[in-house]
Amino acid sequence: MSTATKDPKTRGKAPAGEKIADWADGRVGLYSLAKANMRKIFPDHWSFLLGEICLYSFIILILTGVYLTMFFVPSMAEVEYHGSYVPMQGVMMTEAYASTLDISFDVRGGLLVRQIHHWAALIFVVGIMFHMMRVFFTGSFRKPREINWLFGWTLFILAVFTGLTGYSLPDDLLSGTGIRFMEGAILSMPVVGTYIQMFLFGGEFPGHDIIPRFFVIHVLLLPGIMLGLVAAHLILIIYHKHTHFAGPGRTNDNVVGMPFLPIYMAKAGGFFFLVFGVIAAIAATATINPVWVLGPYRPDQVSTNAQPDWYLGFSEGLVRMMPGWEWVIPGGYTLNFGLMIPLAVFPGVLVLIGLYPFFESWLTRDNREHHIAQRPRNAPTRTGLGVAWLVAYGVALVAGGNDVWAVNFNLSINAITWVCRIGFFVFPVVAFVITRRICLGLQRRDREKVLHGRETGVIKRLPHGEFVEVHEPLPREALYTLTAHDQDRPAELGPETDENGVRRKVSPLERLRVKISRGYFGEQAQIPKPTSEEYREITSGHGHH
Amino acid sequence: MSSRTDQTESRNDSSGDHLPDQREGGAVAEADDPFADPGLPPHEPRRQDIDERAARRSERTVAFLFTLSMLATVGFIASYVAIPIDEIVFIWPFGHISGLNFALGLTLGLALFCIGAGAIHWARTLMSDEEVAEERHAVEATPEVKAHVLEEFAKGAAESQIGRRKLARNTLLGALGLVPLAGVVLLRDLGPLPEDKLHHTAWQEGSLIINEATLQPLRPEDITVGSLTQAMPEGLDPHAENFHAEIAKAAVMLVRLEPEDIKDPRSAEWGHEGILCYSKICTHIGCPATLYEQQSHHALCPCHQSTFDLADGAKVLFGPAGHPLPQLRITVNDEGFLQALGDFEEPPGPSFWERG
Amino acid sequence: MKKLSVRRRHPLAALVVLLLALAATGGLYATLAPADEAQAEASAQSLAIEEGKKLYDVGCSSCHGSGGQGSSDGPSLTGVGAAAVDFQVGTGRMPLQQPGPQAEEKPVVYTQAEIDQLAAYVASLGPGPSVPNESAYDPSAGDAARGGELFRTNCSQCHNFTGQGGALTHGKEAPALDNVDPRYIYEAMVTGPASMPSFPNSTLPEEEKQDIIAWLHAVNTADSPSPGGLGLGGFGPVSEGLFAWTFGMGALIAVAVWIGARTAKARKS
Repeated sequence: MSTATKDPKTRGKAPAGEKIADWADGRVGLYSLAKANMRKIFPDHWSFLLGEICLYSFIILILTGVYLTMFFVPSMAEVEYHGSYVPMQGVMMTEAYASTLDISFDVRGGLLVRQIHHWAALIFVVGIMFHMMRVFFTGSFRKPREINWLFGWTLFILAVFTGLTGYSLPDDLLSGTGIRFMEGAILSMPVVGTYIQMFLFGGEFPGHDIIPRFFVIHVLLLPGIMLGLVAAHLILIIYHKHTHFAGPGRTNDNVVGMPFLPIYMAKAGGFFFLVFGVIAAIAATATINPVWVLGPYRPDQVSTNAQPDWYLGFSEGLVRMMPGWEWVIPGGYTLNFGLMIPLAVFPGVLVLIGLYPFFESWLTRDNREHHIAQRPRNAPTRTGLGVAWLVAYGVALVAGGNDVWAVNFNLSINAITWVCRIGFFVFPVVAFVITRRICLGLQRRDREKVLHGRETGVIKRLPHGEFVEVHEPLPREALYTLTAHDQDRPAELGPETDENGVRRKVSPLERLRVKISRGYFGEQAQIPKPTSEEYREITSGHGHH
Repeated sequence: MSSRTDQTESRNDSSGDHLPDQREGGAVAEADDPFADPGLPPHEPRRQDIDERAARRSERTVAFLFTLSMLATVGFIASYVAIPIDEIVFIWPFGHISGLNFALGLTLGLALFCIGAGAIHWARTLMSDEEVAEERHAVEATPEVKAHVLEEFAKGAAESQIGRRKLARNTLLGALGLVPLAGVVLLRDLGPLPEDKLHHTAWQEGSLIINEATLQPLRPEDITVGSLTQAMPEGLDPHAENFHAEIAKAAVMLVRLEPEDIKDPRSAEWGHEGILCYSKICTHIGCPATLYEQQSHHALCPCHQSTFDLADGAKVLFGPAGHPLPQLRITVNDEGFLQALGDFEEPPGPSFWERG
Repeated sequence: MKKLSVRRRHPLAALVVLLLALAATGGLYATLAPADEAQAEASAQSLAIEEGKKLYDVGCSSCHGSGGQGSSDGPSLTGVGAAAVDFQVGTGRMPLQQPGPQAEEKPVVYTQAEIDQLAAYVASLGPGPSVPNESAYDPSAGDAARGGELFRTNCSQCHNFTGQGGALTHGKEAPALDNVDPRYIYEAMVTGPASMPSFPNSTLPEEEKQDIIAWLHAVNTADSPSPGGLGLGGFGPVSEGLFAWTFGMGALIAVAVWIGARTAKARKS
């Protein structure tokens, strides 16, 4: 841009920065890259920053994680502790646990970095969930972003497993109990369970291999894959350009917002520091995973309040809700449904989430690109399903912490478990119905507002004595914003016979599609948005009600 | 910083004539469609855009935040040097906390937060806030591009002769299919085969029952009604290499019930004078199920709340466990010590496919 | 000391732990009034038994029977020993106010002198554990590290890693052990009140009980260090997760809202 006006001969006098840029341009094509991306537009909305929270927590995790590896010893060799934490002196423990104590008590700032790392991990996964909710409820996963939804979804799963392996590393009584749980879960797998258990643990539980193996998975394998996926995720975001909400001048064919240089360079860069600052302040003031009071792991010891980190609370809850079903099938083989069912439901639910965009595109047969983020109310069935899923998730989370709730609310643990067992099936249905109704109500209100204007609260007395409230017509901007969305039509089966009177063959899958589509977009599932004709008819009359 | 007009020009360069067009287009469309897009609203200046004093105030705020960050970093270094690592200080409302952790964390947090806050404040109040529209282009390629690519691809494929040279192609596929097996085979030595390892524990006939608290063998009179004792087989050394693997299967708990309270006759017979010795490894996933309620004789597992009735052969009363805790047959030897009559009749701990 | 303990239980801490459970936790902790530690003068044993009998007849016999033989409303007290009385009455669990899953800790009804008399009477009904000497439960004489191991083997499954309490079946619970007088911890181990199993000296010798008390003293008093900051109730990942969802994510979303919001315009539209 500015270089275009410059005479090539003056290059020697160019500022140093430009010289470096020239150098890089000659090697990697910097200027072409910058031309396409430097002024990339990013729309302003707080919910569009949720993904950045995840990105920054991830960077924080890498920074602090690298620091921790300098001091952590991933070994299960037993040593007697003689460090500075007095209430553990003389206790037999693995080197992994001892080195975690050293990080906490003998490395200056080690405790802080440990706590930043762990808090950032929790917030990372919370952020991913919020981010996924935002994308889901605004329909931002629709074409062309299905693949990026899958990338993000994979990152979510990898984040959970990276968290699980990291949580296990200190080899304290809590995390060891978690590994024991994993061992039990693996053993419950039919046919191959014992083999996988022996191979993973290098022998019988707990053996001496699981911590070093988890260490490599936690610091190398999973973060490596995640780093690649994060890069791919970001490249696709830049390539697709961000979605935005409908509004005056904001259409499906453009993106309205601020340029990356300088606004989002400052805002996104600044946000990184804000996220890091907030997490550092949390780590300064709130304990996380105080391994020093948990004690080293021993298979014959345990503590109540034995839970995984929150992101696995869902699976923990599923397991706690299960009745103890176990069959011995002919031939003397055991099927442990108490573990198998929850451990099948858990990935099953995840797969459903991952495939949802493809389900919806199959349902709508909609091949257009969608760049306008929908308002959740304008997709009532999807919003209802999402809320139902969240409620089921919440019930499982509650079940996963049933002992903590019981002791803090003075409730019966058995009663909580029973409420969760029933609630897991009932509450989501109720939530679905209520949410869809709320959405429809909001759609109806939008329609009223468009057609009859805003209620001003001003009461006017008409000449014949009637009192009416003055409705103020909406400005053009609001009219456009409230009517800009598309409304899908329910699919139709078409005529029973073709033009020659021969019965058409309709596949059962197509019948199912039509049925679901009616549920999604039928009369009872959305309020028709006002048309210009309706609007004109009303406004050309007496103006307002 | 370059002047504002420069920026506006370059922006118009990049977005073409799109913006003004759309504004006019919206106005024209209004006549026939009340819901037409009115186009981007005109930009309204902020105070900082028209009042240089306000802008300078913003700049001072930004500079103040950056300065605060510098001070905080200095504070961080000072804390690192000055505060001993083992100093515990009382700070309300956090309690008796590590002074170093608190000081380092807060100064670091402040140093980082102020950089962020300064940058954001700068962006929000001093940098241009005029919204820009950037056009999107269809992701899909034009038919011409698609045709060209397909043609090139066909050409490349034909040149490779992969369609004609079936022998070469099929052997290549075979080789590529087989070579990962090398990697799979290499995994074999990750661990031993299960064999019957999970079926046996360190208990054998004549094993004394060692109290975990005292590491001494237990006698019947040590165990009173209503008490709970954690125990392990004799010969396990907490310092030995395989201790964890052995205790993970062999850990037991001993309780004593009034003989008339024992509902399961087999259970009573396997015990000694009302002393019952159960595996404490939960049959669900293997946590020690030792939350023993001495009044109800229920043992609860803290991990998933499986509840076993120790008075009734450790029958499962609640929760996800699928079968009772295995009971160890015990008796008293000539010297008056409790001892095992053999290993568990069934594998203790979580169930598995070959358990039966 | 008392002030510090109140501060450690400041609403902020509880809010952090269980936002929704403020009332429940508050109520629970409010009942944690430390017991009066006044020691009664040693009095003639027989006189004490006599006085204790009088107190017993008035306050206890309706449930436990006129001679401590028990009834459908209360267990027999023969052989429970003076330690059981000192624990049950000294922590306010007895006399029972209302039936529930288990006797709750309440404000103490009797003076220590009266409790000693009651204990003397009940001890006279049959041999049982006596009230321990102070030297037996002095935390400073125990080995906290050894006590921690014993605690994790014998106690933490119900009372949690640091004795924050935990749930049992059907609404029963293992109470929190923070700031409980070491004497009552000792007596509870010896006598096994309510659902709790006993840990007699034959299986858990006196010095090991002292070690356990030393561990609790190291990790679970108002003065125990919590180096990392707020303890979040010591309940582990559940409260940590809640904190991350509410405070962590809340703060970050607040920041995001600030970043995403429009700067105020010069002219109010």
